[in-house]
Amino acid sequence: MKRAWWKGLVVPAALIVLAELAMRVQGSTSMSLAAPSDIVAAFFAILFDGSLLLATRDTLVSAGIGLAAGGFIGLALGILFGLVKPLDRLMEVTIEAIRPIPSVAILPIAMLVFGFGYRMEIAIVAFSCLWPVMIMTRSAMAGIEPRLLEVSRALRLSTWDRVHKIVLPAALPRIMVAFRLAASIALVVAVTVEIAANPLGLGYGILVAQQALQPAVMLAYLVWIGIVGYLLNAALSLMQQRLFGRAGRVEAAS
Amino acid sequence: MRAPDTTVKAAAPVIAFDKITLAFGAKTIISDLSLEIGRGEIVCVIGPSGCGKTTALRVAGGLIPPTKGTVRLLGEPMAGPRRDVAIVFQDYAKALLPWRTAAGNISLALEAAGVAQSERGDRIRDLLTKVGLAGHEDKYPTEMSGGMQQRIQIARCLAQDPAVLLMDEPFGALDAMTRQGLQDEMLAIVAETGATVFFVTHDLEEAVYLGDRVIGLLPHPGRIGIDQRIDLPRPRNQLETRETLEFLRLRRTLFDFIEKAEH
Repeated sequence: MKRAWWKGLVVPAALIVLAELAMRVQGSTSMSLAAPSDIVAAFFAILFDGSLLLATRDTLVSAGIGLAAGGFIGLALGILFGLVKPLDRLMEVTIEAIRPIPSVAILPIAMLVFGFGYRMEIAIVAFSCLWPVMIMTRSAMAGIEPRLLEVSRALRLSTWDRVHKIVLPAALPRIMVAFRLAASIALVVAVTVEIAANPLGLGYGILVAQQALQPAVMLAYLVWIGIVGYLLNAALSLMQQRLFGRAGRVEAAS
Repeated sequence: MRAPDTTVKAAAPVIAFDKITLAFGAKTIISDLSLEIGRGEIVCVIGPSGCGKTTALRVAGGLIPPTKGTVRLLGEPMAGPRRDVAIVFQDYAKALLPWRTAAGNISLALEAAGVAQSERGDRIRDLLTKVGLAGHEDKYPTEMSGGMQQRIQIARCLAQDPAVLLMDEPFGALDAMTRQGLQDEMLAIVAETGATVFFVTHDLEEAVYLGDRVIGLLPHPGRIGIDQRIDLPRPRNQLETRETLEFLRLRRTLFDFIEKAEH
């Protein structure tokens, strides 16, 4: 790994140099493209005037709270449906009917209910994070080694002990994967809502830059969103490894 | 650990199957099975596949209620799993919690029984010593050999302080040398605790070597075909006991039984 870490950077670096050359040689005045050096300059400009950090905060707060709320509801429902099979069957049709609704499609309703601002965005993010977490939690619970449940019966563990000493630790690695997936969905949905309607955050930043005919600023936002997404995923990966390193490894091995 | 029980109950069988029938839908797994096992007895159960030996063990453990008949434990009808009845499963790798250490896995049984945290450490160390794993408390199951994992499961069962040990082919997945070592360790532990043992196996020699009695089941539906006393002297020895004429005679009797049962 160590000797070749730079090899992966060859292609992107070459592309950046090529783009820079192409833009300079052509003397482009494009409204959708900008030279890499201009993008970097624009990036530092919006970084230093504070607008980038403010937008990042707004987006991350909405995505984070939405993820937490949707994830919590999804987790609770997933555990409930995993434990109580009759309830699972009772709710199956209802859930399968609501789940496929694209999250952005509830935007008009959310706007009516909450108006513009954080609450509307949080609600939509929560709605879209709820389903993957619920479904993966439910299937993680169904995938628990039946022998372990038998052991918990043989030992006469209480329901609470069974859930928090056997069921949750056994399902946790897969629940964690669900949260990572939901986190990337949260960011996508938050930015989408901002571009489509909500006047705050990184999505709104892109929109404003586009309308102001500032392609370099727009692309700087775009690159930054990519970096934020990458860091978010890396942070969650690290957290997963730290918290459930052993259980995670066992899951991967089996 | 437990002093021999000299109360009235001592006379009663520890496990009593009273005309047990078990059916799943139209399929009868066990039919009209009656069996009494006395205190401290080691009863090995053999039989061709489909004879319901594992099912009988699960009924004895309260994991499955019988369709007809009752199982009594120390005179009381079984209404479900009990903490003084410990089950050792064959698939030790699946029966242990992979996210807990050896000590943590044993602790689970103590936690279930409500043993105070301050007492658990000492109990766990004693149990690990008893199964020959002193000093391995911080290892995870995946870091241990099959034999060690099965010892952990046995230690967890002993943590229940069981009156009855139900063992479902516990050494079936282990290699021959490890299996013989564990057979002797199990006999020593049982002699010390005075637990009553219901031991399911497909290994006829293991049944003769361990048992005070060997029950042979016939298949379709499962019922008792032979109830053979084993009067080999104890303590038994892997070489000497297995070389005695009586051992070979008993092995032959059971072998003939299985031959006939399968045809």
